[in-house]
Amino acid sequence: MAENQGSPPARPVRVLIAKPGLDGHDRGAKVMARALRDAGFEVIYTGLFQTPEMIAAAALQEDVDVVGLSILSGAHMVLFPRIIDALRARGIDDVLIVAGGTIPDDDIQPLLDLGVAAVFGPGTSLGEAARFIRDHAPVRHDVP
Amino acid sequence: MSRDATPGLGVRLLSGDLGALARAATLVENGDPVGRVVVENIHPRTGRAHVVGVTGPPGAGKSTLIDALIGELRGRGHRVGVILIDPSSPISGGAVLGDRIRMGQWDRDNHVFIRSMAARGHAGGLAPTTAALIHLFDAAGFDPILVETVGVGQGEIEVAHLAQTTLLLQVPGLGDGVQAIKAGILEVGDIVAVNKADLPGAEELVHDLTMMVTADTDPDGWSAPILLTNATAGEGVRELVDRLEAHRRYLDITGAGRRRKEIAARFEVFGLLRQELEQESPLHLLQKDQIDRWRGAISDVVERKRTPGAAVALLLGQAAPSPS
Repeated sequence: MAENQGSPPARPVRVLIAKPGLDGHDRGAKVMARALRDAGFEVIYTGLFQTPEMIAAAALQEDVDVVGLSILSGAHMVLFPRIIDALRARGIDDVLIVAGGTIPDDDIQPLLDLGVAAVFGPGTSLGEAARFIRDHAPVRHDVP
Repeated sequence: MSRDATPGLGVRLLSGDLGALARAATLVENGDPVGRVVVENIHPRTGRAHVVGVTGPPGAGKSTLIDALIGELRGRGHRVGVILIDPSSPISGGAVLGDRIRMGQWDRDNHVFIRSMAARGHAGGLAPTTAALIHLFDAAGFDPILVETVGVGQGEIEVAHLAQTTLLLQVPGLGDGVQAIKAGILEVGDIVAVNKADLPGAEELVHDLTMMVTADTDPDGWSAPILLTNATAGEGVRELVDRLEAHRRYLDITGAGRRRKEIAARFEVFGLLRQELEQESPLHLLQKDQIDRWRGAISDVVERKRTPGAAVALLLGQAAPSPS
């Protein structure tokens, strides 16, 4: 096929939103999924009770740019390292990882040290989160 | 290892590297030239997989049924690829892709690969690059490949062009027997599953549909079976996979399989042609002297002598793309 000259089309940023662990509801995650949709993102939503393996498999198959973890149960210091390990075990080392939910201030720095790029606590504006994700999504270079 | 590492995506994909398959799919969806080259390179090694379209109205249970089908197909030793299409927002261009929520149990099985696609403004139940993604899955060794359309109404029948077998889901409670004699989606099902068999009216719907469909046998003798399924409970799923396999055998034995592949190739080539034409000033394509060339190109695509992209180049009188 003839190459169409000019800049490639703007590519939608793909975001996986997952709820690890045993949270009882996913209202916040759904609100965020919808807000990102309205900001032009393609959001893959996988629902409640996700294990680290399920999150890593979905991130790989969907080739997402961003993994958004929403957690309310307080198990983030246990689950997030396992999720990051599961991602790396599948060769996924270039996704932007962001977190939301109820995460105490004292835990934020340790999570950033683990490789989480941002923690969006209660009160974060949806626009602020969307902007951060857009500005920090990875740039990729592939060869055929 | 980084997913961006060399060697190239095409080679890695053919060797079964699932990260490479995922990345190639993204590049193809985005119209990236790298993705286009990957498809050109792998196309000669495709065309074997059984492509099964799964379509039906929103909420009919398509995703839940696919999850059950994956289980049955894995039990029979198949390596199963799944492409799930959901609509894009016409306002923002964004999408929430939520079909794999029903398919969480395959995370440790490397022989199941599930990919969500946004329709990206395309009407007809598919996304603009679904055909190319099917080739990528095929090249990576997935067979069958199940393609779930967006929830459809009465007219979105594109998947029937692309799939060799179309599985149409219906559910009780959406209307009376007159719905069954309307033209459109009902005519494209090679197999019809009446899902949610536990709901009132299911048996009646099977009866209505059976009356319609038995009148409707194709030239090679296939008449669409109407099955009752309850996807949540796994009921009817084994019989459904039996019928999928029977339809595949029927396609192989009769001339119907080749006809389906010609329809699929024509659909794909014409889609690419349309994209090209939309970028150029209108051409008077398919004048009489071009029709033979057109038919030859379609045959070449089916026989893997020519890629769909190369067929487009031929028809437009351009240089064929060179595999890198």
